[in-house]
Amino acid sequence: MRVCAAVKSNLMSEYRYVAEGFEDAVQHFEELKPEAEVKLQFAIPEKDFNTAGKGSFELKNMLKRLGVDSVVLRRIAVASYEAEINVAAHSKGGIMYSTVYENLIHVCFEDQGPGIADIEQAMTPGFSTADDLVRELGFGAGLGLPNIKKNSDAMSLVSAAGSSTKLEFLIYFA
Amino acid sequence: MIKLTEYIAAIGGENHTPALDPDEILISGAYVSDMLSDVMGSAKPEQVWITIMKHLNVIAVASMTGIPAIIFAKGHAPDAAVCDKALEESICLISSKYETFELAGILYKLLGK
Repeated sequence: MRVCAAVKSNLMSEYRYVAEGFEDAVQHFEELKPEAEVKLQFAIPEKDFNTAGKGSFELKNMLKRLGVDSVVLRRIAVASYEAEINVAAHSKGGIMYSTVYENLIHVCFEDQGPGIADIEQAMTPGFSTADDLVRELGFGAGLGLPNIKKNSDAMSLVSAAGSSTKLEFLIYFA
Repeated sequence: MIKLTEYIAAIGGENHTPALDPDEILISGAYVSDMLSDVMGSAKPEQVWITIMKHLNVIAVASMTGIPAIIFAKGHAPDAAVCDKALEESICLISSKYETFELAGILYKLLGK
């Protein structure tokens, strides 16, 4: 969740959000770099809406086994599934990396472009660039990124037109 | 809260996941939408989801959102692959000949609202 070098040099733009009351916890996490307990990795192919979701299913099932509270679990599952669908719908494919820590989860999505030209616009509820196939499935309402933000304790979206996109979020278990 | 069984009886519903017992599912209301992100953003656990969408992603959305049952309006019936996935996720699938307006109205009345 650190501001990457490309953002600092203005090549990429970043949208960053930390939920109220989580500023200290997020800063602490970023500075401390605690050791991960479990790591999961899934490939998300372009326009494959049956494979997209596998990572979220696995993650949800694993966290359920670990005893994560059902309300928190639902937030993680929704944010993660929305992000997987975004990668399948809008990119040339990407990878989902989930890292479980003692008291939180960090989920990161990195795709192979083509990137987001205007991140502020992409974050606006109702704005969508989804194609007909995606809309026919009932996605493309322009609510994916807002839903991810709504369910996260911290979120970062880094992208630029013609570049890859990196989306990350943190959700605390309690 | 009512049992899903009562609602199924009221809408003449057909259960596509007979391995799941609707008597054990308690519902407090419904969310009516065909936009998947809208459902993930606003539906609550213990609500059934009334929709005409019936592809595989619908099951994923219900699972992520914690929805216990999906009611397919206008006689829409899910295919076998969708039913199998729903069973795996313990989501009850019901279809009814009624339209969404009627399906919501019947449940509203049953809940005494």
